Amino acid sequence: MNKLLTISPSPHQHTDDSVRKIMYRVLLALVPALIWSVIYFGMDAVRVTLLAVLSCVAFEYLIQRFVMKVQTTVTDGSAALTGLLLAFNVPSNLPWWIILMGSFFAIAIAKLSFGGLGGNIFNPALVGRVFLLISFPAQMTTWPVSRMAETDAVTAATPLGILKGGVLSGRPLQELSGNLPGIDNLLLGNMGGSLGEISAALLILGGIYLLWKKIITWQIPVSILLTMAVYAGIFWLINPEKYIDPLFHILAGGAILGAIYMATDMVTSPMTGKAQLIYGIGIGIITMTIRLFGAYPEGVSFAILIMNGFTPLLNSMIKPKRFGGKQP
Amino acid sequence: MLKTFKLGGVHPPENKLSADSEIVELPLSPTVFIPVGQHIGAPATAVVKKGDQVKTGQLIARSSGFVSANVHSSVSGTVTKVDLVPDSGGYPRVGVVIKVEGDDWDDQIDTSPDLKSEISLTGPEIIEKIKEAGIVGMGGATFPTHVKLVPPRGMKFEMLLINGVECEPFLTSDNRLMIEKSDEIVVGTRLLMKAMGVDKAFIGIENNKPEAIRKMEKAVNGISGISVVPLKVKYPQGGEKQLIKAVTGREVSSGALPVSVGCLVSNVGSAFAVYEAVQKNKPLFERVVTVTGKSLRNPSNVKVRIGTPVSDLILFAGGVPEDTGKIISGGPMMGKALATSDVPVTKGTSGIVLIPEKQAARKPQLACIRCSRCTNACPMGLEPFLLMTLSENSLWERLEKEMVLDCIECGSCSFSCPASRPLLDYIRYAKAKVGQLVRSRKH
Repeated sequence: MNKLLTISPSPHQHTDDSVRKIMYRVLLALVPALIWSVIYFGMDAVRVTLLAVLSCVAFEYLIQRFVMKVQTTVTDGSAALTGLLLAFNVPSNLPWWIILMGSFFAIAIAKLSFGGLGGNIFNPALVGRVFLLISFPAQMTTWPVSRMAETDAVTAATPLGILKGGVLSGRPLQELSGNLPGIDNLLLGNMGGSLGEISAALLILGGIYLLWKKIITWQIPVSILLTMAVYAGIFWLINPEKYIDPLFHILAGGAILGAIYMATDMVTSPMTGKAQLIYGIGIGIITMTIRLFGAYPEGVSFAILIMNGFTPLLNSMIKPKRFGGKQP
Repeated sequence: MLKTFKLGGVHPPENKLSADSEIVELPLSPTVFIPVGQHIGAPATAVVKKGDQVKTGQLIARSSGFVSANVHSSVSGTVTKVDLVPDSGGYPRVGVVIKVEGDDWDDQIDTSPDLKSEISLTGPEIIEKIKEAGIVGMGGATFPTHVKLVPPRGMKFEMLLINGVECEPFLTSDNRLMIEKSDEIVVGTRLLMKAMGVDKAFIGIENNKPEAIRKMEKAVNGISGISVVPLKVKYPQGGEKQLIKAVTGREVSSGALPVSVGCLVSNVGSAFAVYEAVQKNKPLFERVVTVTGKSLRNPSNVKVRIGTPVSDLILFAGGVPEDTGKIISGGPMMGKALATSDVPVTKGTSGIVLIPEKQAARKPQLACIRCSRCTNACPMGLEPFLLMTLSENSLWERLEKEMVLDCIECGSCSFSCPASRPLLDYIRYAKAKVGQLVRSRKH
């Protein structure tokens, strides 16, 4: 035999899983919720989603190709995922130029300036979203009404927005409850909100798929939602006149989207199960503190970003259990 | 619930293509090349020279230190040279080249096929026999068995574990040996127990080998102290520490030997070799090797003399397929890629696996996304992604603290990485560097 053989150290066999497959599976998990948002918000949802996804991919390609002069990684699907998650976090009537700014901030500042996929400390889509929320508070909190709503109104408040507004003006919960969606509507997404906030049920469905494919672990979403429920539950039990029940807090707003799809981002979340629990509990506490006592109606994005900052510390403090009982 | 080890582990596709192929004997090659260093420790010293006539089973190189092993001729014929020849790693090694003439076995060897189950020797006598026969760990580690059998001062064995796990994909030689030579393996197990002075032995077999489990259970039936333990399939269960954990629940602590928890692990192939050495006076000069691969015409289990060129083995199984891109000595998880098939089969060669070109090359390396798969896969509870980064940055002292020397090089990390990162390459490098550091401190 004269053919040259390949030489390399072991192992000679590798998993057929890849970074690309992981990213595309997360995209796939978000498709049901995306379809629902299109049904709910119409072509506006398509516009926002396409614009965000394409601009993220384009920015990543252009910056890597012409500024960083490195091999582009756009085909790995992570830029598209950032775009989709960003789209899920904004109102469907957001002007195109604001979306582009959000995409640019997410990709250029939050991702590539840290070295690209794997180097970023903070979740790029959330950084983009928070940047927009702070820079364009009016546009970012004007929520369009569902095509299916039987009303002439053009905009609607989010359930958390209604709650916050009511609480700040000192009205008791009972007076507000007529304006708040019920649990069934929260699950199905019959409420105001950003693209991806509006269907808890479909988001959970995608989450189950990701759990099955071992792309996310149960620790992060469960610890976030459970902490939120306990936190909200304590206040609800003490004063149900003023505080709404925990289930409402979990199903309204971005809690489900954040807990399943944003906080679980592999790059920016801790690695061991124990650290993931601490991380999730932290997100839950910060989220509820902002919701109940902060100026913003919703706090998931801030909470995740803050805990992203703790991830390197958690990773270095909490080591996996070593074989043989000795820990480093 | 079947037993298994707890931490980490992966499930590579099993691909046991040759599981049902009976062991067949390979016809003798015209020449053999027998390296004098086929084991861990000091190479043996050749005791033959060019022109000598040797018989099959005759000593040709004598153990040269405490950790070393005798080497015997696997054929009869004339020594044509004692010289440097490339071994399976491509390094030139001293070896004895013998031109094969007939097959004239040493008169001492009992060639009858009858099972000899009576044990007449004492423990130390058994160990001496094992030493004479040059038996080494045949699962691939090749540590001289007689050295392992004597516990360090102040320590005592409690039990023997026979390793019939064969967790490497593709390999089936241990499986076939257990099916076809179960009684002999049990006698070998009893001999090892006597040598160690213990009355308890467990034979661990993964439950993807139901026939081997059945045969071994039948063979131990009525023999006190030995039992078969079926294990849940999980790589790397054949690792010494993992097997001890799976069977006994005990954990060998960092840097310690299995004897620290009263255990000794021996491969089924070694147990069979012990039987042949002690009961049949036959030194270790042949072994069962799996020759396999998805494109190979006849994946087989072959009984082959030590020193036979790997190329002859592949030829016997149908020749090198057109699409071959890599030839592995050992299994695909821990085996060594060969540069050429013109290298000899040695005592540690458990299999030859031919990998198609498409799977031979590695995929391009991407950035780590901290998916935790390497950490979850590591059976030692290490953090491969971190060890690789530290190794890239030459932080040897930090690596020592992170217990890099605990790594058993099973390859589960590199196997599971979705970014195709060469984790184990960097960890191996770090192990060598940290090992140097530790040794330099002792002097």
